[in-house]
Amino acid sequence: MFTWANFVSQMFNGLALGALLALISSGLTIIYGTLGVLNLAHGAMFMLGGYAGYVAFEATGSYIVAVAAGTLFLLVVGIVMERVVIRHFYGRPHEDQLLVTFGLGIVFVEVVRFFFSSLTKTVPAPPMMSGITSLGFMFYPTYRLAVVGIVAVALIVLYIVLYRTKLGMIVRAGIEDSLMVDSLGIDVYKVFMVVFGIGAMAAGFAGIVNAPVVSLTPDVGEAILVQTFVVVVIGGVGSFPGAVLGGLIAGEIISITSMIDPGYAYVMLFAAMTLVLLLRPHGLLGVRGRE
Amino acid sequence: MYKQHRSLVELLTAIGLIAAPFILPYLNFAPNTVNRVLVWGLFGIGFDILFGYTGLLSFGQSALYGTGGFVAAYLLTQAGFPHVVLALVIGMVAAAVVGYLVGLIALRRTGIYFAMITVAIAEVFYFVEFNPLSEWTGGENGLPGVPTPTIDLGFFKHHFTTGWSLYPFLAFIYFIGIVIALRIVRSPVGAILTAIRENPLRAAAVGHNIHGYKLTAFVIAAAYAGLAGGLLGVLQAFMPPEAFTFDTSGQLVMQTAIGGRGTLFGPLVGAAVWLYLQDFLQATLGLGAAWKLVLGLVFVLLVCFLRQGIIGGLKDLYRLIFHRGGAEMEAPEESVPAAAMSVGAAATPLPVHHRVAEPAAGPILKANGVSKRYGGLLANSDIDFTVEQGELRGIIGPNGAGKTTFFKMLTCEVEPTSGKIEFAGRDITGMNVTDVCQLGLTKSYQVNQLFTKLTVRENLQIGALADLRGKFRLDLFRNPARIPGLGDQIEHTLELVNLKHRADTPVAQLAYGEKRRLEIGLALATSPSLLLLDEPLAGMSPQERVETVKLLKSIRQGRTMIVIDHDMDALFELAERVTVLQEGRVLTEGTPDEIKGNPAVREAYLGGVLE
Repeated sequence: MFTWANFVSQMFNGLALGALLALISSGLTIIYGTLGVLNLAHGAMFMLGGYAGYVAFEATGSYIVAVAAGTLFLLVVGIVMERVVIRHFYGRPHEDQLLVTFGLGIVFVEVVRFFFSSLTKTVPAPPMMSGITSLGFMFYPTYRLAVVGIVAVALIVLYIVLYRTKLGMIVRAGIEDSLMVDSLGIDVYKVFMVVFGIGAMAAGFAGIVNAPVVSLTPDVGEAILVQTFVVVVIGGVGSFPGAVLGGLIAGEIISITSMIDPGYAYVMLFAAMTLVLLLRPHGLLGVRGRE
Repeated sequence: MYKQHRSLVELLTAIGLIAAPFILPYLNFAPNTVNRVLVWGLFGIGFDILFGYTGLLSFGQSALYGTGGFVAAYLLTQAGFPHVVLALVIGMVAAAVVGYLVGLIALRRTGIYFAMITVAIAEVFYFVEFNPLSEWTGGENGLPGVPTPTIDLGFFKHHFTTGWSLYPFLAFIYFIGIVIALRIVRSPVGAILTAIRENPLRAAAVGHNIHGYKLTAFVIAAAYAGLAGGLLGVLQAFMPPEAFTFDTSGQLVMQTAIGGRGTLFGPLVGAAVWLYLQDFLQATLGLGAAWKLVLGLVFVLLVCFLRQGIIGGLKDLYRLIFHRGGAEMEAPEESVPAAAMSVGAAATPLPVHHRVAEPAAGPILKANGVSKRYGGLLANSDIDFTVEQGELRGIIGPNGAGKTTFFKMLTCEVEPTSGKIEFAGRDITGMNVTDVCQLGLTKSYQVNQLFTKLTVRENLQIGALADLRGKFRLDLFRNPARIPGLGDQIEHTLELVNLKHRADTPVAQLAYGEKRRLEIGLALATSPSLLLLDEPLAGMSPQERVETVKLLKSIRQGRTMIVIDHDMDALFELAERVTVLQEGRVLTEGTPDEIKGNPAVREAYLGGVLE
């Protein structure tokens, strides 16, 4: 049954999902752009962020603490993972990098399953943001509106870090030509570690912010990972604006198609990706440096 | 490794498959586990050709496994199709067709893009199976009641059921699958797939249509996946929707990596370890769901420390024990006295394979007003350049003069921004490097572009195959030894570049000078009529330079050559005419003597120092 209110509401859902995908994809894409490693554990990191937040919430009852915990925990996970494992894979073929991050993703998921079982866990929205809000012509869940705002702020912070700081300049230069950055006397390994941490943090933050919207299971990251890939292919590898644009496009495609028939959401998403691959193989805003 | 005893592997496989039911029960393998190992092993044969041999890591194999499985299961359970084996074959063909279409999309990109696209494909198929197609596939219920096969030879009738009763059927199919796969990897196509894994750019540059071969590998993998998917239904008497999940793809990837990629048997070994450990951890140790955590950790450790998996580890162990002196035996030959190294002097020159009707005299190559612009940088500007049939031309110029860019345009690695290039009377502007090589124009690279893990002989074979088979041919079951002229062409090239004694050494173990000679040999093996050499003397010792100049002289008969080098003495000795490039333009052209005396050339090199 098509109604305008329904349509607009789905548009909002698409915006919320799109913003979330944009944030997660930014993490994935700057890691790939800078380090040259495609992190197949990125979906699992999203999931870990949710669970870290869940644990913190159970202990303190505070949403703010939960968000902080989810974010910082993933910063630590990212840095440790880069130091202990990923570092040894820079000189190895892409396939090995894919295999090891894929394996780590499974380990993350199974560790969580071991401690928390496969049953769903929920983190409630903070009281201030729960309930529904009237937008004049329709009612919409307050927290979902809040998600759009929170994620938008996070994206702006990421933008400032990438485009207004020295670190960001190095990261963007590294995406175009990491050899050159290395020869300029910058310790790329330190930068790699920080970038991996930031990328993981973005996924973790998205994971805990999204936790009140959909309940947590150990497998929650898998679908997100796939959607993230589509976003990156559409937007162009290594491009932060591409990730944001791709995220919004993917979010809207999924939501609008779901209104008509949820079964076709992925088909449409895939069709969009194919179209981009045929017309603009490097993605809508792709950087050609890294490939 | 399979070369010496061509049928030995097949024989051992047959013995192993026959012996398995008598041995494995003592190792606590349940018959159903063994059957599942066979299905995964078969699934993995195709995947290993794609990943282990061609180097394409796909996370989308579940899509094809599911396609084959559901087509076969649908025919058998819903459509009332009575022939199990035929249904399996139809499922396999359906998967291959779908694989072809999927491959067309996924292979538009390589590397991580390819991996990401295949992940997306796997997920799409899963959702399509669940939703739009659920009327046919049973959605989340799958398709129950898949029958097992019966054979009826008139005098002999047997119905396979489950467990050990089904085993002979699966073992037989696995055997056929492995025999076919062994033929494929030993065929010319198999050799080219390995070359694509090692160095796709060079494989294309010596004249192979690598996109076509990649697609071939993808379709082969799809066919194996489809057949295995059908067998899964037969094995379980039920076609589960889980066949389509991303986990299935992931499990296949992990099993292949655990067992050892690029071995064909790796997936079987990996599946045996995986399923055995799964049973063991779950049932015997009572770990419940934690089995997957343990296997995940095992997998990560294997990827970190045992790259080639279990089979690769065993091979290394074998080498360590039985060939301890191996390293000494393969000492590089740089200490060989120069007299023994008289390069190619004795060898008769390689006949040139004339593919195009070339005029006996007159220009073989003509470049008219060729320019190349990279953004604001004009690398080549309005170059006119003509080379006569049989000429040996030298190109010199200071660093940054645009020599390499010019070569790249001649071999069509990059397209000129403007201008026209003609080779043997044919306009080749805008053609690709593969087609141009097939016409008889190729180049040896300034920086070695070799197939590092292959031996010297195998490297040359890749070049010779492009010459003798054309850019694309599906001789999947052909024995390369039966290709007329292939052996001679390789031997001949080996002799020319004086690498006969190193023929079976992997490139990684060659000394630098030997690699440089192989680099030239690889181009020669395609028997070009016009050979470009980009700094063939770069990085060589004076002794090696002398030898290489001799080599270049010896290969020029019947062939046109253009040589870039910074070694003026060598170049002036070799070339009949020399073209000088400076700042992307032709400064002058003439005989070596004219060039030597030209004040403009001196100025270009010495920066205008007055004498």
